[in-house]
Amino acid sequence: MTSQPRSLFEKVWDAHVVATRPDGQALLAIDRHFLHEGSFHAFGMIDHAGRRVRRPELTFAVADHYVPSHSRSKPIADPEIANMVTMLEANAGRHGLRHFGLHDPAQGIVHVLAPEQGLTLPGLTIVCGDSHTSTHGAFGALAFGIGATEVSHVLATQTLWQRRPRTMRITVHGMLGPHVTAKDLILAVIAAIGADGAAGHVIEYAGSAISALSMEGRLTVCNMSIEAGARAGMIAPDDTTFSWIEGRPFAPKGELFDRAVGQWRILPSDPDAGFDREVTLDAADIAPAVTWGTSPETAVPVTAGVPDPAAEGDPVRARQMRKMLDYMGLTPGTPLEEVPIDRVFIGSCTNARLEDLRAAAAVLRGRRAVVPGLVVPGSVPVRRQAEAEGLDRLFIDAGLEWGEPGCSMCVGINGDLVPAGERCASTTNRNFPGRQGPNARTHLMSPAMAAAAAVTGRLTDVRKLDVRKLGAS
Amino acid sequence: MDPFVTLTAPAVPLDIANIDTDQLLPARFLKKPRSAGYGNFLFHDERKPGFPLDDPAYAGAGILVADRNFGCGSSREGAVYALVDGGFRCVVAPSFGDIFAANAAKNGLLTVTLPEDVVAGLRRQLQEAPGAVVTVDLPAQTLTGPDGRALSFSIDPFKKECLVEGLDDVALTLRFQDAIDAFDRTDAERRPWVVPNGE
Repeated sequence: MTSQPRSLFEKVWDAHVVATRPDGQALLAIDRHFLHEGSFHAFGMIDHAGRRVRRPELTFAVADHYVPSHSRSKPIADPEIANMVTMLEANAGRHGLRHFGLHDPAQGIVHVLAPEQGLTLPGLTIVCGDSHTSTHGAFGALAFGIGATEVSHVLATQTLWQRRPRTMRITVHGMLGPHVTAKDLILAVIAAIGADGAAGHVIEYAGSAISALSMEGRLTVCNMSIEAGARAGMIAPDDTTFSWIEGRPFAPKGELFDRAVGQWRILPSDPDAGFDREVTLDAADIAPAVTWGTSPETAVPVTAGVPDPAAEGDPVRARQMRKMLDYMGLTPGTPLEEVPIDRVFIGSCTNARLEDLRAAAAVLRGRRAVVPGLVVPGSVPVRRQAEAEGLDRLFIDAGLEWGEPGCSMCVGINGDLVPAGERCASTTNRNFPGRQGPNARTHLMSPAMAAAAAVTGRLTDVRKLDVRKLGAS
Repeated sequence: MDPFVTLTAPAVPLDIANIDTDQLLPARFLKKPRSAGYGNFLFHDERKPGFPLDDPAYAGAGILVADRNFGCGSSREGAVYALVDGGFRCVVAPSFGDIFAANAAKNGLLTVTLPEDVVAGLRRQLQEAPGAVVTVDLPAQTLTGPDGRALSFSIDPFKKECLVEGLDDVALTLRFQDAIDAFDRTDAERRPWVVPNGE
């Protein structure tokens, strides 16, 4: 053990290096491997090579990408989609893996389910064939997305070859204002550093605005680290983290839990730890945000107008702005609050936890949505708790649909699509061209902002609506 | 995996930043087996008049010269399959999505990172002389553009070795079997709470 001051990332990294090559590549031990329906390529690779899963007890399969948002009691109508769900079950069964299938009482989006079940813990290395695996860094884990060949490598060896990434600390001082959420914070970060601003880096989020966040908020922040190009995002574990974990189904219990907490308490970065890059933001400068373009880096305060490419000095960038505005059907100079929307989607691994649904429901209480919308909770336990609190009634009474847990309209592969040309106020993570369906137009925002847009039928500053917090239950 | 040593091929310029993997391979094709021919899905929804990949002047391109943050977004390896099955063996850009670049190396697709102005210059040359060829020499770590200038690029030595030799890295890792076993034994005592023991 070295006495050099180390960052949270360095401590977790160092504890997992199995071997190092002379060229600096490290063989990292992997503590958790999550799989979803897209894992069929990787299972094909290990089956083809005649390899077995090395650590089935650390490997968990979750059906989320292709599961239907409605009518789960009936068979899935589309045979190709049904095949994706049954293939995962078959692969998990054949290799003896715990499988959270369509009808499991814990089923949900993998990045909602794993923290909820106590599978995500501080200090772990966590991988999944999904870029939003960065979510789990909210617990002080080193968590990142990998491709199919790397998934097959982890299945066979429970390790991964990695070059040590650089480090970046993003400190957010102060406190977020009313109705300014973790989503607005991370959109402000991405806008500040760019969609590739953290490429090759692991981000540590720090500062009073971060430590004041709930676990749900921290998960939202770390979730979108990938949208800034980061390898991973991490937040130092603290008492908020430990009390969230305690008592969860797969979390260590009793004496083992106490021993774990003892080890987790020494994970936070040492006071003099160095970072390759430092970025500082003031929470007071962060406003409810929306995106205007087809990259999350186009997030701006909702009070802004659509930017004008003519004001952009770089001709290549100006042309790219015009292309985005053309796709989005927007005219430069239009106040964003005058942009009409066609539908809303509240859900995804970014914003489908209880806190998110409560924030959206508080806006919708006593109001009617003037556009269609879909609310998809992140997991069955989130759905049950929301129903116990009557949130489902608030959504349904406002005219929105209440769905079954899964990725749904964020990626649109279970059949939930935004029709071509329609404009969607969405709590998801990507506004890429075609992401929610061919020629669909996505504006990213927080759950409260999406609910406000549903009520007015246009992009709306939620602070201008009279919103009171819901009761505790 | 086919080894990558040298490549001389026509290159196609793409003046768009932040090309994400949803654009490279729209999500609805993710459920297709590789045998479906992922080349058919490459940039599926971008294929409209004026799109450079559909310009006959760039027919047979094996190298794509793109803009910053190429391959950002989803970790889908299918985006790489679509490029490889579509005949590409090399992408040049000022920066890449980390996961995309890792996936590319596992499938014999070389990603070459060069400074933004240099890549912009290459794209301009290719726009001015459509169909011009670019030569990549991986062992020498050079890329020669239509103007005949050889540009040096850096690459992770491990990635280079895997590409040049066409290595399957599981086979390589299994040489470290003893180290992995030893790590697991020590770790079980050091962090006994890591393995979940029931729900």
